[in-house]
Amino acid sequence: MTVSVTTLEVGQSIGSTTVHVTRQDLVRYAGASGDFNPIHWNQSFAEGVGLPGVIAHGMFTMGAAVQLVTDWADDPAAVVDYQTRFTKPVVVEDTTAEPGEPGAVVEVSGVVGAIDTDASTARIDLTVTAAGQKVLVKAQAVVRLP
Amino acid sequence: MTIAPDLQGRSYPPAEPYSVGRESVRDFARAVKATHPAHFDVAAAAALGHADLVAPPTFAIIVAQRADAQLIADPDAGIDFTRVVHADQRFVHHRPILAGDELVAELHVDQVRAMGGGAMITTRAEISTVEGAPVATSTSSILVRGEGQ
Repeated sequence: MTVSVTTLEVGQSIGSTTVHVTRQDLVRYAGASGDFNPIHWNQSFAEGVGLPGVIAHGMFTMGAAVQLVTDWADDPAAVVDYQTRFTKPVVVEDTTAEPGEPGAVVEVSGVVGAIDTDASTARIDLTVTAAGQKVLVKAQAVVRLP
Repeated sequence: MTIAPDLQGRSYPPAEPYSVGRESVRDFARAVKATHPAHFDVAAAAALGHADLVAPPTFAIIVAQRADAQLIADPDAGIDFTRVVHADQRFVHHRPILAGDELVAELHVDQVRAMGGGAMITTRAEISTVEGAPVATSTSSILVRGEGQ
């Protein structure tokens, strides 16, 4: 698929996706990113600091959500600017005993928020929710398009 | 602990370079559930005009958080890392990060604001190649919760 900045319209959907998250995914992200904060893998530690349970790294959610944009643009290098605020934690239940069962479900959808034809860029506004609550706010990716 | 009042405006010079390996790009891509072939297959990356595997858009966090660690570990800064919450994050890519890059980051403390009994600290990591070519700017705000928050 080739997306061109000249054929886009503000408000147009770029689609949606569902991300299933397990505790194992958080361990994998910890290893790949080097962020070993125990609130992302240790239940008693997380509860001890006042969290409802183990929570996903904000950067995991931010990183997973942008795949909707890179796949739509069909080039990961098209994302020239990407930002978000972290508002609510994504609590990931322990489903170790139920293989295949997600510990959390993150819903991601995106719309074209702005178009700059001179710069040949489009701003994609992402809506990212888990358990019915927005977990990322002002999640915006600017993509450079042909 | 008390946040050092003169923290704003402080900067930390680049530490050891971070070598971006192909397997690190693949591992990070899997870790964020990215499936685009340009993260995994050199030929697929080349077909899009890239010299090597393309790192996912948030890969720069690895380099940025290594730079942040200097600040958080600095006893003089007064940051209790167990009370740190990531509040916001932005990446501006001057060019994509590719496997084979040797990256360094210079960290700047741009803003320190009192928030209740804690503080919101905004840092900016200017990521470049070891030769000095700009690659990415990572801006993070962390909330250091005060006692009882």
